[in-house]
Amino acid sequence: MSAVDLTQFHKTFFEESREGLDAMEAALLALDSGATDHELVHTIFRAAHSIKGGAATFGFADVAAFTHVAESLLEEVRSERRAVDAGLIEVLLCSVDCMRAMLERSSQGQPVADAESEALRVELVQLVSGEVAAPVVAAASMVAPVSGWNIAFTALPHLLQTGNDPLRLFRELQQLGRLEVVRAFITDSAPAQLAELDPSQCYLGWELRLHGAVARAEIDAVFDWLDGDCELAIAPLAEVAVAGPVAQAAGESLPVATAAPRPIRETAAASGEGSSIRVGIDKVDALINMMGELVITQSMLSDIGEKFELSQLGRLRDGLVQLERTTRELQESVMRIRMLPIGSVFNRFPRLVHDLERKLDKRVKLELHGEHTELDKTVLEKIGDPLVHLVRNAIDHGLESPAQRKAAGKSETGTLKLNAYHEGGNIVVQISDDGAGLNHAAIVAKAQQRGLIAAGQELSDAEVAELIFQPGFSTAAQATDLSGRGVGMDVVRRNVRDLGGSVGVRSVSGKGSTFTITLPLTLAIIDGLVTAVGSERYIVPLTSIVESLRLRADAVRRIAGGGEVFHFRDEYLPIMRLHRAFACNDAVTDIEHGIVVVIEEDGRRVGLLVDDLLGQQQAVVKSLEAHYQRVQGISGATILSDGSVALIVDVGGVVRLGQRSKAA
Amino acid sequence: MAKILAVDDSASMRGMVAFTLRGAGHEVTEAENGQLALDAARGGSFELVLADVNMPVMDGIAMVRELRAMDAYKGVPILMLTTESHTEKKMEGKAAGATGWLVKPFDPEQLLATVKRVLG
Repeated sequence: MSAVDLTQFHKTFFEESREGLDAMEAALLALDSGATDHELVHTIFRAAHSIKGGAATFGFADVAAFTHVAESLLEEVRSERRAVDAGLIEVLLCSVDCMRAMLERSSQGQPVADAESEALRVELVQLVSGEVAAPVVAAASMVAPVSGWNIAFTALPHLLQTGNDPLRLFRELQQLGRLEVVRAFITDSAPAQLAELDPSQCYLGWELRLHGAVARAEIDAVFDWLDGDCELAIAPLAEVAVAGPVAQAAGESLPVATAAPRPIRETAAASGEGSSIRVGIDKVDALINMMGELVITQSMLSDIGEKFELSQLGRLRDGLVQLERTTRELQESVMRIRMLPIGSVFNRFPRLVHDLERKLDKRVKLELHGEHTELDKTVLEKIGDPLVHLVRNAIDHGLESPAQRKAAGKSETGTLKLNAYHEGGNIVVQISDDGAGLNHAAIVAKAQQRGLIAAGQELSDAEVAELIFQPGFSTAAQATDLSGRGVGMDVVRRNVRDLGGSVGVRSVSGKGSTFTITLPLTLAIIDGLVTAVGSERYIVPLTSIVESLRLRADAVRRIAGGGEVFHFRDEYLPIMRLHRAFACNDAVTDIEHGIVVVIEEDGRRVGLLVDDLLGQQQAVVKSLEAHYQRVQGISGATILSDGSVALIVDVGGVVRLGQRSKAA
Repeated sequence: MAKILAVDDSASMRGMVAFTLRGAGHEVTEAENGQLALDAARGGSFELVLADVNMPVMDGIAMVRELRAMDAYKGVPILMLTTESHTEKKMEGKAAGATGWLVKPFDPEQLLATVKRVLG
C-alpha cells in the first residue's frame, strides 16, 4: 500500500472522466453525422486513453480493463486499420454508456463490472483483431541467475542529448552487484582535433563486468531507456551456462495485472461530496475589480466624512452615486458566479436525438443555438428533465415519419431547434420543430373524453393549446415507451413553475410547434410589487400578477360561509383580504378604498386585497424558515430600501388558501 | 531537492504526480499540455520534466522535440508517462529526445524510485 493516499484524487478523476466521456460521445455523434475530421478520432482516443490510465492508477481495475479493450479498438481506428461505420459508432456509444455506468458505480463504492459490461467487453474483444481476452498474468519468476555478466557498452554520440547520463547507469549497475570497469575507451567517432570536440556529444565506450547473481532482465531494465542510443552487448561470464530464454522485463503486461487492487472505500463518495462549481477566471477578476472600486469609494467617503463641510455636499453626492453603481455591479458579478452556460444541458440532446431517431424510425436534424446563454446553477440542474420531455415529445408527436413528411411535400428529415437567449430579466428557452403542429381535433376529442371540456364547447387556438398542459393529458394514439407515460405536459409546467418560470406553446398546423420556456435569471432575487397592508409591507412576485384593479363595492358578491367573490374576465374569483389572512391592524377594510391584485398559480386565480401599491422592487429573498419558522402563505422575507423588513407572498399557498375559502 | 515540471492533461494524474513529488520535497510546477509546459520551461530552469504523451493542443512528443531545441533543455532528463500498449510511442518519444519513460499505471513509490533513478 502506498504512503500517499490516492483517494484524494478520486473525485477529480471521476469528474474529468465524466467530461472525457461527454467529449467522446459528442465526437462519436459528430462522426456519425458524416464528419471525417481526424481530430475527432484523436479526441475520442485521447479520452479513452486518459480514463484507462487514471482508472489503472487509482485502482479501478474493472474500468481499466474495459477501457483498455475499447482503446485497442480505437487505436485501430486511429491508425486507420479499421474504417468507421454506423455499427462501430453504435458499439462505441454503448461503450461510453457502459464506462459511464461503471464509473458511477465506482464512485459510489459499488461493485463495478456486471453482466452487461462483461458482455460488451467480450464483444469488443472479439471486434479487436488478435486481442487476448484474458489479462496477462504478472511476469513469470526470474530464471536462475548466473554468476555475472560481461557488458560491452558504447555510447552513440547523441546519448547525452537524451538526458541520459552514463554515470547513472553505472550507479544502477552497482546496485545490482559488484561492478568492474575492464576498459574505458574513446570511440572512433571522436574528432581528431581537440578543438573540434563537441561537449554535448559522447565519444566514450566501456567494457564492464558485473559480478553477482544478477538476472539478465535486471540489466536490461537498467539499459531500458537507451535502446537506439548505444551499442550494447551483454553476455554471461564464461563457463556459466545460460538457463534458457530469459523472461522479458515486466513492461508489456496489461494494467490489470500490475495495478495492485485497492479496496474502494465506501465513504470515498460521501466524504468528498458537496456541491461545487467551476468559475471562469474572468468572473473572479471582475469581482476583484469591483472590490477595488468599492474600496476606493469607501476611502473617498470616509475622507469626506472626517472633515465634512457643507461645501462638499456635491462630492458626497457623487460618492454615493458611485457607491450605488459599484454595489449594483458587485451584486451582478456575484450573481454571475452562480451562472453556468446552458450548453451543458443542451449537450445531452445530440445523443438523445440519435437514439430516438433509431427507435422511432424518424430522421431529425438537431440545431442548437445560444449554448453560451447562462443560467443560475439551481435552475440549470432542474431544467434538464422538462427539456428532455419536450424534446422527446417533439420527436415522438411533433415530427412526422419520413414517408408522411414526403407526402406533405416536406424534406424527409425534420428539424428540431433548441434555442436559448436573454430577454429582459429572463432566460428564454425554445424548442421548435417543423412537424405537423398540434392536432386540434385530436386534442379536443381527447379533452372531451377526459371530461376536461364539455362536448360542443367552442375553443380558440390558444385555449386548445392550453389543454395539453392539463393534468393527465396525452394525445399519443398509442402510448409509446418514450413520451406519454406517466409524465405529462402538466408535470413539465409544474417543474418550470417551481423554478419561477412559465411555459407556453405556439403551433401552426402543418408547419410545426414551438414550446417556449421563460425562466428567471436567478432564484435568489425576484422582481416584486411592494404593497402596503396597514403598516406592513408585502411583496407579490411580479411574474404571478395578472392585473391590479379597484373594485366598486357592488361588484363584490358575498357567498355562503362569509366568502367574497368578484367577477373577473368571465369567472368569479375569490377575494382574499391580506389584512385578515395575516392579522394586520389599521389596514383598509373597505374594498372601494383598497386595491385588488389578481394573482395566478397553476391556472387558478385569486384577488388579493391590499391598501395600496407602492412600486416595483428587486427583492433578495431571505429564507424565513432559516431565521424564524415556516409561515403559511409566506415564502420568505426581504429588506426594503428604508431598512424595514417586508414579507414575500407565497402565491401558491395564498391561492390554495383562497380557493379553500371559496369552496367553503 | 529538484525543480520538476509535471505535464499531463488529466488533472487527477497531474495532481497525483505533483502531490507525490512535493511530498518528497521537490518543487513542482504543473502544466496542462505541451504548449503550456513550454511556456513554463522558458520561465524556469527545471531539472526534470515528466510528461504525458497524449495531450490536446500539443502532445508530449512534440513538446520533447521543442524542449530539446532549447539550449537550456538540451541535456535535462525528460521522462514520458506512457502506457504499455504503445511501444511505438515510446520509440517516437525517444526519437524526439526523451530520456526514458515511466509506464502507466504507476504508484507513488514507483514514481519516486524512477525520479530518484534519474536525479541520482
